[in-house]
Amino acid sequence: MDKVQDNRAWFLIIPVFLIVAFSAILPLMTVVNYSVQEIFGPGQTLFVGTEWFEKVLADERLHDALFRQIIYSLAVLAIEIPLGIVIALGMPGGRSAKTSLTLVLLALPLLIPFNVVGTIWQIFGRGDIGLAGATFRALGFSYNYTSNSLDAWLTVLVMDVWHWTSLVALLAYAGLQSIPPAFYQAAKIDGASKWAVFRYIQLPKMRGVLVIAILLRFMDSFMIYTEPFVLTGGGPGNSTTFLSQYLTQMAVGQFDIGKAAAFSIIYFLIVLLFSFVFYTIITKTGSGEKQ
Amino acid sequence: MNFEWMAWTLPTALFFTGIASMLVLMTVWELVSPTVEAKGFLPMRTTRGDRLFIGLLGSAFIHLGWLAATDAALWGAFGVSLVWTALVIRFG
Repeated sequence: MDKVQDNRAWFLIIPVFLIVAFSAILPLMTVVNYSVQEIFGPGQTLFVGTEWFEKVLADERLHDALFRQIIYSLAVLAIEIPLGIVIALGMPGGRSAKTSLTLVLLALPLLIPFNVVGTIWQIFGRGDIGLAGATFRALGFSYNYTSNSLDAWLTVLVMDVWHWTSLVALLAYAGLQSIPPAFYQAAKIDGASKWAVFRYIQLPKMRGVLVIAILLRFMDSFMIYTEPFVLTGGGPGNSTTFLSQYLTQMAVGQFDIGKAAAFSIIYFLIVLLFSFVFYTIITKTGSGEKQ
Repeated sequence: MNFEWMAWTLPTALFFTGIASMLVLMTVWELVSPTVEAKGFLPMRTTRGDRLFIGLLGSAFIHLGWLAATDAALWGAFGVSLVWTALVIRFG
């Protein structure tokens, strides 16, 4: 019997298509439209061609924010990935109350809303009432994240490490749990050192989850907005102003809609490029493991 | 429905019409002759759609680079992008 051709199922995806159109495609098209115009108000526009793109590409403050953003994302990865692996290696295995407790404790920071994390660290770091700030001062350090750029940077970085290292640890832990005991037994018979077990068994087996962890942490840190906004407001000066915050200042603060739209498109293209590269690496890693 | 809030201009309308036409053409091409994953000069195996995406993404960066580097007319970047996209789709 011939298979009945019926394309009515296509109608079932119409609701999703409409939602995506209204939430993503139409707004993105509008941003493209805005990026080539000077926007004075509703219905009052002037076509300016690629002028906004030229201005954005020549904007020194944007270059600084991009440089800061890249350094920040790399620092986040350099700290959180090794730290997450070390925590995962130290976690208890098997099914026990200790394991459950550790997992719950690790998951706690991930459950806290971003602006609450910023507020917690804002108070925590204050020299007068904050535990960390007051302790540093009592020890004789002149720590002040509102006036010292280095202190502000370190606080934002430590805050991110506190907030997100758990994610890396949990992913790495999941990778470690998937290693069959036979691998460890074989390593023991061969008299392998702890380092050799890590280097030749645990690390290769964690590769897949680590690539996902790197992707998630890179993308998230590259688009970070709420926590530094609440903690430092981008200051002191512009020292912790990252791309999202600079974009918001431009669009909402200065109502420079056209320029902000051009900036958004460039930002989107950078994120798209990195996502594509990481996606390709992930899919390649996956296919490599299957073989 | 009123789309005045989207602030349409002729160049952006042409741009999106171009993208939409490419998607329609790719769909028709796929129905006529389904794509096969192939390995060209790019470091991974790609389908026809992957190569179009890489071509378009590369074209966007070619245009941005052109705007940043020179005051010459953007048609130059457009020409380079066409060559790049054609090369990627054919040999990528």
